[in-house]
Parts: sequence; structure tokens; C-alpha cells
Amino acid sequence: MRWRFVFSEMMIGFRRNLSMTVATILTIWIALTGLGAAWLMHQQTNATKDYWFGKIQISVFLTKDVTQPERDAIRSQLQSLPQVDQVYYESKQEAWIHFKEQFKSVPQLVRNTDPSALPESYRVKLKDPKKFQIVASAVQDMPGVDQVAAEAQALKKVFRLLGGLQNVMLIVAGAVLLASVLLIFNNVRLAAFSRRRETGIMRLVGASDVYIQAPFILEITTAAFIGGVLASAAMFAIKALIVDHGLKSAFGGILTYIGWDAVWGTIPYLLLAGVLIAAVTAFGTLQRYLRV
Amino acid sequence: MIRFESVTKLYASSARPALDGVTVDIEKGEFVFLVGQSGSGKSTFLRLVLKEEKPSRGQIWVAGKELSRLSHWKVPALRRQIGTVFQDFRLLPNKTVRENVAFALEVIGKPRHTIAQVVPEVLDLVGLAGKEDRMPDELSGGEQQRVAVARAFVNRPMILLADEPTGNLDPATSVGIMRLLDRINRTGTTVVMATHDSHIVDSMRRRVIELEGGKVTRDQSRGVYGYAR
Repeated sequence: MRWRFVFSEMMIGFRRNLSMTVATILTIWIALTGLGAAWLMHQQTNATKDYWFGKIQISVFLTKDVTQPERDAIRSQLQSLPQVDQVYYESKQEAWIHFKEQFKSVPQLVRNTDPSALPESYRVKLKDPKKFQIVASAVQDMPGVDQVAAEAQALKKVFRLLGGLQNVMLIVAGAVLLASVLLIFNNVRLAAFSRRRETGIMRLVGASDVYIQAPFILEITTAAFIGGVLASAAMFAIKALIVDHGLKSAFGGILTYIGWDAVWGTIPYLLLAGVLIAAVTAFGTLQRYLRV
Repeated sequence: MIRFESVTKLYASSARPALDGVTVDIEKGEFVFLVGQSGSGKSTFLRLVLKEEKPSRGQIWVAGKELSRLSHWKVPALRRQIGTVFQDFRLLPNKTVRENVAFALEVIGKPRHTIAQVVPEVLDLVGLAGKEDRMPDELSGGEQQRVAVARAFVNRPMILLADEPTGNLDPATSVGIMRLLDRINRTGTTVVMATHDSHIVDSMRRRVIELEGGKVTRDQSRGVYGYAR
């Protein structure tokens, strides 16, 4: 394979179809940004959801020096309330297991946490989640109770918002992705037509399919790759603006936020998706419009 | 070198066959004129040799290979053994003479040093030394056809197919092209030339295969154009 030759043919193609190539780059950029953003939202949602999320409405954290009679008193108090449906007990060991699971993507946090620092707790499922205030005030001041948390209620709204945002992103991305596939199809068809004299001669002198098709495929996958790079840059912007600036200032410490590693982890998939979509579409188009 | 056995070619668009039971045997090193009116099947004959078309019936051997048994991916290798020249030259307008000829080698992956060596040789052979850097539109018709011949011959094919190569040229220029094809033939290359230029056929006195309505009506060594009638 003479890459220099294939590359120079590709550059000729670039110049010849400049406007179409720019359009391809832009649509791929938008489509991949939508996909990547939806993926980040998904990760952001998961980052905050711990083991108990969705199962319970109230967590009653116990003090470090809680005694067995205190534990029993709290449990029977909870169970006697008509609003309570189920009471689960989470020991320190179980808390540590769930903590490790939730933060397995942040190993330095797990390493720096002392297992004994995690409190034991009662996790309470309510018959009517809206009545959490009654249950909370009933146990709040009992000996052995450190803190009563009803974060899950607030978080559900955030997750509904993130989930909605994620779906909008996916729909937009899907539509723009379809547009870019059609654009690539047209672009390759036009390129094949405008270079039919060259490809005709190539065929005649016995060039192989690979040599004839490679410049077209390389041209469009390079455009898609550029779109992927732009979409990757957009991922950093989304993390900085929407997650760090938007969500953090609105919800502060009650959410666990995705880190830069989530952004870096998304980028290879974006680039790969862009290149694959372009290559497959271009290859399919050439089978039809470039007689070899 | 080229062998047609009872070859019939039907196109979907026409009820009349383009070739009708053609049996022809062309030996290595021969120079053959394919004559006949427009639509007599000359171009179809050449397209079948290149495996650009498949015969509807019959068998074709080219360079020892039966074409219907040649798989798709081996077609390029077949075409590397065949050079082709057309009436309309088919040069790339945005490339120089040298680049046009080199293109034929680049696209089959020949190394650069080989290209740098053989392109000047073949340009010298066709009489274009000194015009390597001209663009096609700066050349006369005869010179453009010489570039096309150089491109067809640069890979030293065993067979050279020429479809009306002098069709767009004046008689004096045509003689020059014929001398060139004759010289290429003397290197051992089999030349098959489709034409309806009677002067050329008469003056060359080579084998003549005449087609009429897709049938071979004459196959004569050292023939002239209109002998049969």
C-alpha cells in the first residue's frame, strides 16, 4: 500500500468537496455531543444512586457509642409508627461494603476512608413517602440517633431532571446522527461521481478495490474523526459548565459528582463511534455507487 | 492469448445479441484489426476481454485463464496484464503527462523508485521526451493519444486493446500512432485494435476480423478493410 499516494488522493477529495466535508464534520460533532452528553448524564445519575436508593425514604444514622438497648428502642419506635412500612438495619460492615460498591470508580476515596468511620443505620421504607417529616421528628431526638436524613426525596427530583435531559439528548443525537449518515451517503456518492474518471482509469489498469475505495473512506472518516474531536472538547465544556457550575451550585454536597475521569472515559467511545459510523456508511455507499 | 468460444452477449436493453456465437483465437504476439460498422460488436468484444461484461453464453480465455472461473478479486490482476487505449484518450486533466502515466503504476502499488525509472523510459518510447511536465490540454490530439498509449503500456502488459485509437485524429497523426502500436507489437505484446479506418487497415496488412451484427463474417490474415464485399 502506498499511503502517500492514497493520502494525496484523499487531500484532493477534501479540497473538491470542502463544503460537504464541513457539513459532515458539523453534524457528526452535534450528534456525538448529544450522545456523549446523554452518557455523562447517565453516569452522573448513577454516581449519586447508592445501594439504598429507591428502596427507602429515610436513613436514621446512629452514633458511634450507641448501646444495644438504644438500638432496640429506636427500632421499636420506628416499627410502631403507622407510616412506616419496613425497617432495615445496616451494620458498619454492610455500610462499608455498600460504600466500596458506590465509590469503586474513585479508588483513592475508598483507600482514604476508615471503615469504622461509617455509621450503622436504620433504613426506613415508608407507606407514604410524603410523610417523611413525621417519622423523622419521632426518632430525631432519641438517644443513640446521630442524624436523620431524607435526601432521597430531594434526589428523586434531580434524577427525574437528569433522566429527562438524558432522553432529550438521546432524541436529538439520534435525529442528528440520522442526518449525518444521510449526509455522508450523499457526500460519498457525490465524491464517487466527481472522481469517476480517476476511478474508471484505476479499474482499467487493475487497481484493487482497496486502492480505489480507500481515499473515499479515509476522507469521510477523517471528517468524522474531526467531528469526534470537537465533540470530545464539548464533553469537557459540559462537565465544567453543567456539572461543576450548574448542578454543584444548585445541589451542593448532597450529590456525588462525576469526575474528569468520566469525561476521559467517554472520549474514546465518541471517536470510535464517529469513525465507525462514517466508515460503514461510506463503505456501504461505495458498494452501490462505485462499480469496481 | 485471447480465445473466444461460441461467445454470445445479450444486453438487457436489446433483443438482438451484441455478439452472436463468436469463436476467435488470437495468438501471443499477433496484431489484429477488429473491423465493422458501429454497433457490430467491436466494443463489446473488448469489454468482454477486460471482464467488464460477462458473456451470456460461451467461454473466454485471456492469458491462460477462463474468465467465468476468475473470482472478483482476481480481476485486477487480469487487467494488469492488459493495457487499454480509447478514442477519447481519457487522460486526467489536472495531472501532467508524467503524472498521468505514473498514476497507472501508483494505483497498483508500484514502488516509487520503479515509477521514477520506467515512466521516463516509456515516455521516450512514445516520443514524448521533453514534454513530461505539460498538461493534457497543452498537447495536440496525437500527443494526448501518445500519453494514453504510454499509460497503457507502462506496466508492460501482455495485451494491448485499442478501441478506435485514431478515431479523433487526422490521417497524418494516425499514421504516427499506428507506427507506435506497431513498435509495441514488435516487443511481443499482442495488440487488438477496433477500428473502421479503412486506410489504416489496408496499409498495415495485418490479420483482420470483421464483425457484422455480432457475427464474425471474415477472419483473414494480412487482410484489407473492404475485401469481402
